[in-house]
Amino acid sequence: MANQEFEPRIVAFFCNWCTYTAADLAGVSRMKYASNIRIIRLMCSGRVDPQFVMDAFARGADGVLIGGCHPGDCHYISGNYKCLRRYHMLERMMADLGVEKDRLRLEWISASEGDKVKRVVNEMVEQVRALGPLDLPGRFADWDAEMRELDEKVQREHDGACEAHAAKETQS
Amino acid sequence: MTDKPKVAFYWCASCGGCEESTVDLAEAILDVAKLVDIVFWPVAIDAKKKDVEAMADGSIAVSLINGAIRTSEQEEMVRLLRRKSGLVIAYGSCAQSGGIPALANQFTREQIMRVVYEECPTVDNPNKVHPQETYVDTDGIGVTLPGFRNIVRSLDQVIDVDYALPGCPPTPKLLAEALQAILEGKLPPKGTVLAPDVAQCDTCPRKDTKPQDVSYLEFKRPHWTDMDPEKCFLAQGIVCMGPATRSGCESQCISGNMPCTGCFGPTSRVRDQGAKIISSICSSVASEESDQIKSVLSGIPDPIGTFYRYGLSKCLLRGRVDTAVTTSQSQEARK
Amino acid sequence: MMDRGNGNGRSDLRIGVYVCHCGINIASMVDVKRVAEQAAAMPNVVVARDYKYMCSDPGQEMVQQDIRELNLNRVVVAACTPLLHEPTFRGACERAGLNPFFCHMVNIREHDAWVHEDREKATVKAIDLIRAAVRRVKHHKALERRTVPINPNVLVVGGGIAGIQAALKIASAGRHVYLVERELSIGGHMAKFDKTFPTLDCAACILTPKMSDVKKHPNITLWTYSEVDKVDGYVGNFKATVRRKPRYINEDTCVGCLECIDACVFKEPRFTDEYNEGLSKRKPMHIPFPQAVPQVTAIDPETCLRFKTGKCKSSCVTVCDRNAIDFDQKERIEEINVGAIILSTGFQTFEPKDRLPQYGYGIYDNIYTALEVERLVNSAGPTEGEVVLRDGSKPRAVGIIHCIGSRDTKSNIWCSRVCCMYSLKLAHLLKERTGAEVYNFYIDMRTPGKGYEEFYNKLLEEGVHFIRGKVGAVNDWAITPEEEGRLVIRVEDTLGGFVRRVPVDMVVLSTGLEPHKDAEDVRRKFNISCSPGGFFLERHPKLAPVETASGGIFLAGCCQGPKDIPDTVAQAGAAAAEALALIDKGVVELEPNTAFIDAESCSGCKSCLSLCPYTAISFIEAEKRAEINEALCKGCGTCVAACPSGSIIQNLFEDEEIFSEIAEVLSNG
Repeated sequence: MANQEFEPRIVAFFCNWCTYTAADLAGVSRMKYASNIRIIRLMCSGRVDPQFVMDAFARGADGVLIGGCHPGDCHYISGNYKCLRRYHMLERMMADLGVEKDRLRLEWISASEGDKVKRVVNEMVEQVRALGPLDLPGRFADWDAEMRELDEKVQREHDGACEAHAAKETQS
Repeated sequence: MTDKPKVAFYWCASCGGCEESTVDLAEAILDVAKLVDIVFWPVAIDAKKKDVEAMADGSIAVSLINGAIRTSEQEEMVRLLRRKSGLVIAYGSCAQSGGIPALANQFTREQIMRVVYEECPTVDNPNKVHPQETYVDTDGIGVTLPGFRNIVRSLDQVIDVDYALPGCPPTPKLLAEALQAILEGKLPPKGTVLAPDVAQCDTCPRKDTKPQDVSYLEFKRPHWTDMDPEKCFLAQGIVCMGPATRSGCESQCISGNMPCTGCFGPTSRVRDQGAKIISSICSSVASEESDQIKSVLSGIPDPIGTFYRYGLSKCLLRGRVDTAVTTSQSQEARK
Repeated sequence: MMDRGNGNGRSDLRIGVYVCHCGINIASMVDVKRVAEQAAAMPNVVVARDYKYMCSDPGQEMVQQDIRELNLNRVVVAACTPLLHEPTFRGACERAGLNPFFCHMVNIREHDAWVHEDREKATVKAIDLIRAAVRRVKHHKALERRTVPINPNVLVVGGGIAGIQAALKIASAGRHVYLVERELSIGGHMAKFDKTFPTLDCAACILTPKMSDVKKHPNITLWTYSEVDKVDGYVGNFKATVRRKPRYINEDTCVGCLECIDACVFKEPRFTDEYNEGLSKRKPMHIPFPQAVPQVTAIDPETCLRFKTGKCKSSCVTVCDRNAIDFDQKERIEEINVGAIILSTGFQTFEPKDRLPQYGYGIYDNIYTALEVERLVNSAGPTEGEVVLRDGSKPRAVGIIHCIGSRDTKSNIWCSRVCCMYSLKLAHLLKERTGAEVYNFYIDMRTPGKGYEEFYNKLLEEGVHFIRGKVGAVNDWAITPEEEGRLVIRVEDTLGGFVRRVPVDMVVLSTGLEPHKDAEDVRRKFNISCSPGGFFLERHPKLAPVETASGGIFLAGCCQGPKDIPDTVAQAGAAAAEALALIDKGVVELEPNTAFIDAESCSGCKSCLSLCPYTAISFIEAEKRAEINEALCKGCGTCVAACPSGSIIQNLFEDEEIFSEIAEVLSNG
């Protein structure tokens, strides 16, 4: 369900040395890309804790983008490989939990690839736009609406019982 | 009536193991019984919902509630107990984090009903009769069944919970310590999980057998392999949740030559147990190439069932997000 | 001890938010007033201000004054990338008595104002990012920078004019330099030139004294015919492995008498002389050029009979009274420890043969690259400075085609900066030596340098022809008798507005500068980045033009981008100064973004141990838990993400800090 009104929210975790710098370069080069992305700086893609990705989804991200140095280029030798290994399990888990594949993306973007930041962000925003909102906070609220219904019902019954009780008291 | 503190036990979506574990206090239960007044315990004493309703709000010192919340009835009962109790303890994995019942959060209610009432090999239900929440028979007599909720919830997702006693089931030792702390009024800060805040490996009898450089060329499943009865499971390539799971279980599974499956839940510093264990285990897969990594990881065929066996309710995503039926949809379905 | 406490007290958080206009850089796309207003309403924000240039003195003073007067204990600066001005604002906080790590920067320029086109969306984004920072700084701790001692030695990689200059400067300052050069001699490209523009002074006169200074300098260890294989460590404490290839001559005993060359069993030079761009021949026993440093010959095992057949009377050995010839010489590996590294690995010239075949190079004999002509006009070159064609004749007309392999998306996009000027120089020299008509074909004449435009004017007066237009092709397809037997340059004269055919006898292709083909390998070896074209990337083009993102590694010369000799020498001086500034401090301050393990929480599961690429994590058997050696930790945070019980914490990137950012960038709507 593509929705033209819908503006996807993408949270990005970029490593300091390559992808964050590439995003800086995109800026310096005045490249224009979709404003739907919020970049969080980490020192290395190896710092990307799968919890961060899942927390971002749970808090309303429609997509999560992880950016690290190309294989062999990690500033910390091998952090990007650790990220890659986790990513492959994470993508399976997200699929098993019903999060569409395109909502999670790992990209290797070197410090010189400002244009790749632009391309990847624009691409991802359009892909996620086509998927529509993930809106987990909204879904959670929908699921939990049943609890509110019960709560209100119990409250009504409780109030009713109290009133009946009070009425009885006044009668007698 | 005595002025001994009143205690209530209740079970929700659970297997009964937690009730058993209470009895596992053995003789100690008599000491407990001497000190407290058990006012509600459906499995053991005859007290009804109306009896609880009749109690003054807050009059029960502590309610120990086990089981996950799957039905409206369970939800209603725990709300009632909450109102009547000073303290509520989520007792066992199901109450703490959804437990085994929460694995149902991978499926819609409709899928579950269809499997249980139509597709199970032993089910004989030619008319495909499903349970109804309300049913009025030909005589005009109406009966109701509790509503089956959209998802399985942990206790704290329904009511305010003071403490959690983890485990599937919790050990008698932890229960005894918890009761003692409550009776002595030595209460830890609200929200505390009443088990050590260190991972299982801390006390694991196999701790010393783990090498410092474990890396995974493959993952083996316990039933496929002759497991070394002494050696760290992870060092054998068998997924063990120990590093991401609280200790306090007295290493019962490990002692029985089975890896930890994570029932004590994560430490206080972790928001999502499954996310953390994959972060740890996958980091050490012995490859730098996508296809090989995937191949190694394929040795873990069911990540959700493996890493969220006891905690899918507390997974940050709470379950399968695209299939759980929303209230509005289910209302439409009912029309 | 590092203060892990909250310093100024979490219960009373007092945050100041500063939104920079950056002139109009930010303000034109982000409504900075509105951003500041919104920030003022965020939790714990005591003051929010916007200002034209936050990084300026008054801007910094504003922050410092607020810290003092409003008792701020957290500072959020929304401006440019933290990679640019984080040190600036941390410094401001420090001067006002606030721990610098209570300051956090929000990137609303590079990541927002400069990359978006919708003012409303860019403004909302800025507010989101600031909200995230405001929540993040709550978790910040007072931290101290770590200091580690610095090894005072410097490694200079590449012995062209840049490396020579940098090495001499550092050595003169009393520090030890290892100068590693891949070729047999230092000198680089400059050694091949005859004259330099615009002064036309002799390249050798400038360069060779410096080369011999390098050799003589007691503080310089010169390793030619050597390459850096591996670099470990970090700023202040690098360990480099240098592979010294065998030249089969003992450098310590050879005195450079060159008699072995004369004595070589090959009476005539028969093998391509790479140094002369293939314009002459050499023997297996050779020295690249007479002024080579070191003055040591070398044997080419590919052509030497002794190596090829094992049968040679080895007259070179007989003639060498120093016994310097050593056919059994093996490759040697040297390990050195240095505190700073200067990369001056230079460039390669564009190879037009296969990449731009329309210019006929490699097809027609009399088409030369500029570097070949440099050798031709060089008095120490293959023709001793006499400009003759391959058949020995003198050219009557010469065409110099500019921008070969530059300023074109089909080859290299950039301007190589030196080609206009060296083309003018060659035009002058060719005219001077041959009296030929010289035609320059140029797209634009670029002469931005001291005395450069004046040089161009001089050439105009000398009667050199200038035709503005990009040459389409060079071939020998004559259509007039005048063109017969000559090379014809076809060009659209964009000033005249018509297509010209210019017959000449010699064509010079002004080939551009590009990164070495193995620049990528070198980049990886030294853990630095490349710019889009493949030249090494400086940390900041203006604020840190000779630094790299990797602390302690500096750039000099054309490896960073095309530049002429004056700029190269200046940059080499700057790199030397940076390296000296670093090592003369004696200690290096490191970011405190290291990880540590909470001893109480660690279960000793050992999951983290093998993940650290720096072996900073060790297992303490006595306590059965892991510990991080802060001195070895570089702060990547990989173990932090992987710790299954959440017991490893990374300073400045704590879980709660990241979770705060996630929550707040998503909390709007």
